[in-house]
Amino acid sequence: MREVAILGTGMTKFGELWDRSFREIGIEAGFQSLVDSKLSSHDLGALYLGNMASGAFLEQEHIAPLILDYAGLAGHHLPAIRVEAGGASGALALHEGYLAVASGAYDFVAVGGAEKMTDVSDTEASRIVDATADTEWELVFGATLPSLWAMVARKHMHEYGTHREDLAALPAHDHLMASKNPLAHFRNKVSVDQVVNSGMVADPLGLLDCAPLSDGAAAVVLGPMETARKYTDTPIRIAASQVACDTMALHHRRDLTTLDSTVFAAKRAFSQARRKPADIQVAEIDDAYSIAGLVALEDLGFVAKGEGGAAMRDGRFFGKGTTLINASGGLKAQGRPFGAVGVAQVVELVRQLRGEAKERQVSGAQVGLAHNVGGTGATSAVTILERAN
Amino acid sequence: MAIARFWRETPRRYNLGGSRCTVCASVYFPPRTVCPTCSTHRQSIGKMEPLQLSGEGEVVSYTLVHEAAVGFEMQVPYVLALVKTTEGPLLTGQVVNVLPDEMRVGLKVRATFRKLREEGPAGVIHYGYKFAPRDDLEPGPRPGRNAEATPVHSSDASRARA
Repeated sequence: MREVAILGTGMTKFGELWDRSFREIGIEAGFQSLVDSKLSSHDLGALYLGNMASGAFLEQEHIAPLILDYAGLAGHHLPAIRVEAGGASGALALHEGYLAVASGAYDFVAVGGAEKMTDVSDTEASRIVDATADTEWELVFGATLPSLWAMVARKHMHEYGTHREDLAALPAHDHLMASKNPLAHFRNKVSVDQVVNSGMVADPLGLLDCAPLSDGAAAVVLGPMETARKYTDTPIRIAASQVACDTMALHHRRDLTTLDSTVFAAKRAFSQARRKPADIQVAEIDDAYSIAGLVALEDLGFVAKGEGGAAMRDGRFFGKGTTLINASGGLKAQGRPFGAVGVAQVVELVRQLRGEAKERQVSGAQVGLAHNVGGTGATSAVTILERAN
Repeated sequence: MAIARFWRETPRRYNLGGSRCTVCASVYFPPRTVCPTCSTHRQSIGKMEPLQLSGEGEVVSYTLVHEAAVGFEMQVPYVLALVKTTEGPLLTGQVVNVLPDEMRVGLKVRATFRKLREEGPAGVIHYGYKFAPRDDLEPGPRPGRNAEATPVHSSDASRARA
């Protein structure tokens, strides 16, 4: 396996992009990533596209060749491959692209993530994303994605004495970071009080504990590390790309407050990169729900099990300590176009590691980690990036 | 959605039909074809036997749902819980005959046969298990003991509403 570098990044604004179509945003992010590197589209060997549910959202399946076509590349007859893993679709597309370059199958690949979620009503969109949990044995009985996460939260509060305010600290941090991110869905600041008092979705989670439904796309181009400097002055090395899976339904997990998929993906990733949590300066963690971000800190190994609440309360990862989480604003405030999330996280990390993150730049960031979850944790992906010096 | 999709799960949803691995004795709900616990899964192929859960259990975690799942809009707010059954498996289901304030981790519950949702005014009505505090249920047939009784009348449906 050879080393793989990220050569370019692209990303659209996230939000309710009513005036823009799926193909428009997909192509915008893709071309940005090509232009950002010195690659031409002729160099590409394949396209990997993370997308959760274009069929349900847009009545359009088979979208990988669609994006390829509208990117003007149909005539190159490249393979274009859609990857689906619920909310982790983007990260899994990146994983596939990484493997393809690492194995030598292709030299250069484009990896995109795109989702268009606001062409259907909120109710319909919620129904579609709920289906990343187990339809037959969870949803049929009245469960929704937030209600399942709410039960993780309740259990965590019961087991470890986590407070409601501990959960609310993360959305408040996310919104503060997103206020410095021009591409973010939400740029308003919110207080812990506002989160705690937001309209109830599934007790104890309120509306402001939950990431929004967004439109958006993100893309990166990958190539072998050995020739990376021909295409960019600041190649970012993929030090690890790992995916792990677990039971589909929350009720079948070994422990209700631990995502073993995250634990295993993280262990493998830290081992592959020969790094430990303390080496990470910037981390984009999956905070689709405030509780998801809290347990992610534990499952990734940043804090011990049960200490996530205290870490949030003390703001240990909000700029005081070694690691800053969700410089982008996270899923909560940068936005959550499902299939695009995993790629967008990596775009943010690359910009941080290159020192291009402007107002929200974490100074001297050398190593970054991205963590992306599908459903209630049936899939997790952990990616570690390093600035190549 | 097609009627068959719900009809085929009737034995599980009405009667809590699960399965047990005859190699390692682990119990599963819904039933499985291979046992995830056995060290080599091939050992358990063809050796899983049906096992009906008693429906007894206790609440491991719960939530009060305000933003309903599709088909559950008329029930908000409703209590949803993870229930650990005496046989072992955890199930996701609503808890009825309980006030939100009375919910707690460790609450003893028993499965009860209820209407789950209906597919619009002219659609199919789905039935299945919900849970109720154990003290709250009168002694009598438990879900699963009356496998033949398939309620189809609206009186059952309205009674099912907690």
